[in-house]
Amino acid sequence: MAQQAQPATVGTAEGKVKTLRGAVVRFAGDSGDGMQVTGTQFTAATALAGNDLATFPDYPAEIRAPAGTTYGVSGFQINFSATDVFTPGDAPDVLVAMNPAALKTNIKDLKRGGLLIVNTGAFTQQNLKKAGYENNPLETDVVDGYNLLAIDITKNTLSAVKETGISTKEANRCKNFWTLGLMFWIYGRELESTIQWIESKFGKEPLVAQANVLALKGGWAYGETAEISHYRYEVPAAPVAKGTYRNIGGNQATALGIAAAAQLSGVEVVFGAYPITPASDILHDLSRFKAYGVTTVQMEDEIAAICVSIGAAYSGKLGITASSGPGIALKTEAMGLAIATELPLVIINVQRGGPSTGLPTKTEQADLLQAVYGRNGEAPLAVFAAASPGDCFYMTLEAVRLAVKYMTPVMLLTDGYLANGAEPWRVPNVADLPKIDVTFRTDPAGFHPFLRDPATLARPWAVPGTPGLLHRIGGIERDYNSGNISYDPDNHEKMSKTRAAKIAGMVRDVPDQKIEVGTDSGKLLVLGWGSTYGAIREAVQRSRDRGLDVSHAQVRYLNPFPKNLGDLLKRFERVLVPEMNLGQLVKILRSEYLVPAESFTKIKGLPFKIDEIEEKIRQVMES
Amino acid sequence: MSNIVETQKLTKKDFESDQDVRWCPGCGDYSILANVQRVMPELGVPHENVVWISGIGCSSRFPYYMNTYGFHTIHGRAPAIAMGVKTANPELSVWVVTGDGDGLSIGGNHLMHALRRNIDIKILMFNNRIYGLTKGQYSPTSEFGKQTKSTPTGAPDYPVDPASFAIGCSATFVARAVDTDAKLLNDILLRAAKHDGTSFTEIYQNCVVFNDGAFDAFADKAQKDEHQLRVVHGQPLIFGAQKNKGLRIDARTLGLEVATIGEGGVTEKDILVHDETNSTLAYMLARMPFPQFPVAVGVLYSKARPTYDATVREQVAAAKAKTKPDLQKLLSSGNTWQV
Ligand SMILES: Cc1ncc(C[n+]2csc(CCOP(=O)(O)OP(=O)(O)O)c2C)c(N)n1
Ligand code: SF4
Ligand SMILES: [Mg+2]
Repeated sequence: MAQQAQPATVGTAEGKVKTLRGAVVRFAGDSGDGMQVTGTQFTAATALAGNDLATFPDYPAEIRAPAGTTYGVSGFQINFSATDVFTPGDAPDVLVAMNPAALKTNIKDLKRGGLLIVNTGAFTQQNLKKAGYENNPLETDVVDGYNLLAIDITKNTLSAVKETGISTKEANRCKNFWTLGLMFWIYGRELESTIQWIESKFGKEPLVAQANVLALKGGWAYGETAEISHYRYEVPAAPVAKGTYRNIGGNQATALGIAAAAQLSGVEVVFGAYPITPASDILHDLSRFKAYGVTTVQMEDEIAAICVSIGAAYSGKLGITASSGPGIALKTEAMGLAIATELPLVIINVQRGGPSTGLPTKTEQADLLQAVYGRNGEAPLAVFAAASPGDCFYMTLEAVRLAVKYMTPVMLLTDGYLANGAEPWRVPNVADLPKIDVTFRTDPAGFHPFLRDPATLARPWAVPGTPGLLHRIGGIERDYNSGNISYDPDNHEKMSKTRAAKIAGMVRDVPDQKIEVGTDSGKLLVLGWGSTYGAIREAVQRSRDRGLDVSHAQVRYLNPFPKNLGDLLKRFERVLVPEMNLGQLVKILRSEYLVPAESFTKIKGLPFKIDEIEEKIRQVMES
Repeated sequence: MSNIVETQKLTKKDFESDQDVRWCPGCGDYSILANVQRVMPELGVPHENVVWISGIGCSSRFPYYMNTYGFHTIHGRAPAIAMGVKTANPELSVWVVTGDGDGLSIGGNHLMHALRRNIDIKILMFNNRIYGLTKGQYSPTSEFGKQTKSTPTGAPDYPVDPASFAIGCSATFVARAVDTDAKLLNDILLRAAKHDGTSFTEIYQNCVVFNDGAFDAFADKAQKDEHQLRVVHGQPLIFGAQKNKGLRIDARTLGLEVATIGEGGVTEKDILVHDETNSTLAYMLARMPFPQFPVAVGVLYSKARPTYDATVREQVAAAKAKTKPDLQKLLSSGNTWQV
């Protein structure tokens, strides 16, 4: 678990490095200030130092918001620790604000007593005005209660890179590396990996590369000489399982899961997509995986995108499509077709704030009821959810595995928080990954397209091009015994019940619901699903540390639910369900299990903070 | 995919499914079905490699009646599904049946993109200028002012011409046929089948129940010679019961005009010769106003262009030639560290 860092209080003995369990650092600046690069480089060095970590970027929705404005502020937060980390952290211990707008939008989050590093060089009259400050906040009570480290980063950077002779404009762009250098000094990080990165990134512009390296070293040197060593910290390496690690984001993990599914099943993927935030990166990543048996098709809309995947599934490929909010709504009718014709298909919904366009760059979990129930007719759909960025990889594999085993569409729910968040990920050994068995029907004897496997109720995957299996399928109800069109009332009831039974029967492949933290009975169970995993886990652990009888479980299989879930719920006196919606899982739980589960919701486009859940747990336990 | 060598030549019967055909008696769809079933054995494609995909509408029931692989999908989306089928397995001969409503209202977007992509699928649009299955509302090809169940005071919108729409979408093969003209239909189906890329064939189809006689003015046997112009690549654009009328360019309007051979010094030499690779001419032929002009039928346009599926296949092959897939390596790509 990730103990929150103590506030980065100041004032240890001069020159002494203070040891912390962990820290939360936020870099904030103008979109043009390179905060995402700074954040990722800080992350890479932190990972190399052996800390566990989690990160979350926060970009403006506008592509190029006007410089200096509050809505053009771009942020990147990292939580790193000597122990396990499950979230990018609540309130930062350290805030780096590269301009007044960044200060304005972020200062309220900084912990009291936290370290505030500010680039005074950007605090010009003009920038102050753009940020809506009448007076320079560094001279007012805005910064009271924080440890202010006010540095003219702009000037320091210009002098650090002077010897390269590059233009002032180019030199100015090196500010972020100067800042990074200072942060590396504060936390005792190695510069080497970043220097290598700079050199490969700017290989074609050696002067720019040289300038950025000089800026990085300049920031470090500033730390050494400026008598600020009371700000130096050390966060020891976390004791994590042995292996090869990499940093991974949710969309990246999903794309790797898709490529892995193609390799593990031996069946190629046709991935149909239409660009939409925050799902597009899956398409971008996959378009580079052609050699791994993934063909991407960018279609004219989300309807076409799912249809091209359905066509591919009908022809014996792994049909996969991914989208978000409005795009998922468009795919609805075609999902019904895949359910009716019983074709394997994976639909990935990277949820974002809704309804309609909603909050495209923000996260939400409000598509659960749509996923489970939202189609015309009795149209049962298997629904899974990933709990962390790295888990997106495993749940993608699971979605593919069960889609082909049961000949059915599966929807995988992730969200903007998982998609853009990142965490260190232990690279699995390919030999340990689940096998994905695929059988195509070739035997004409006794064949009809809706002949079912008695155990799974799956129909055969009989693909065009197979001699002797000519047949027709379609959206019109099919006869149970032949697959031909049938309008017969009894047949429709039988087919409806069979389709429902097939999805319900997938439970035999669903692992039992496990307890993440705590015990399998007691006073309070906090039950979450999807990306709330880290925050809930951490909040429950802290509550237990304070002696409360509370446990945590995170549901990853939402339809069908694990077979022990109902029992588990009944073994607790109370059940609390935190969700980033207005109470959707809680509705399903109440209707499925007749339990008085209580809802705790947040719908602000932002993930839960650990504190919020911890506080709620406290309230519930006291009431 | 299949390496089965066809030993016996298939016949029309082989392409008839065991399902009862449920169109209204006298519907133009019957003759189209019969012609298609007759042409199929000529294609030389292994039986199991033929796939028919359709949307929703009377016309879209078509796949159920073909003894091939078939997929009756959802309204308007057949081109997108067909694209998935072809992308997944390039060996397949993929056919799409759509209606004027299916293909041009709800599915207009997919049709447009299939045409410009030039994926190797064969699209047949049964144009009866009405919504048949939903019982007689006007369609995007119904005439302006047409009175139907949903437009008792006349359709207020102007129709789209399917063939000129297709040419406008940069289609590489555009043809027109008439349901009852077996010879014409057979010729065109063969050409459409052989075209490498998206072929678009509009078939005027009589809906006896909701729009009977919609095409009589030029499709009827008695009217055909006078009012149809069968275009043939390299042949002069001549029509008329006497075969003495032809099309030429009116230099003042840069448009087509009808000239009578033997009148006012007009000879066959003055008549335009059909060039099916000329999209401007094809567009003019597709849009000739009736009855001042004849209705052009036959292959209006045909030109080779790289297909979407071949391009994708090449990209995939190039990627595979360059990189040997190593999943362990892929998963470990980027910055890694050891613990
Ligand atoms: C999403 C959706 N909307 C509406 C319908 C109802 N519908 C079925 S067929 C059709 C029109 C068919 O017209 P056309 O494509 O011209 O086919 P035809 O019946 O004339 O052959 C409509 C509106 C439907 N099936 N699906
Ligand atoms: S309604 Fe018209 S198009 Fe439909 S089957 Fe009857 S005649 Fe044919
Ligand atoms: Mg019609």
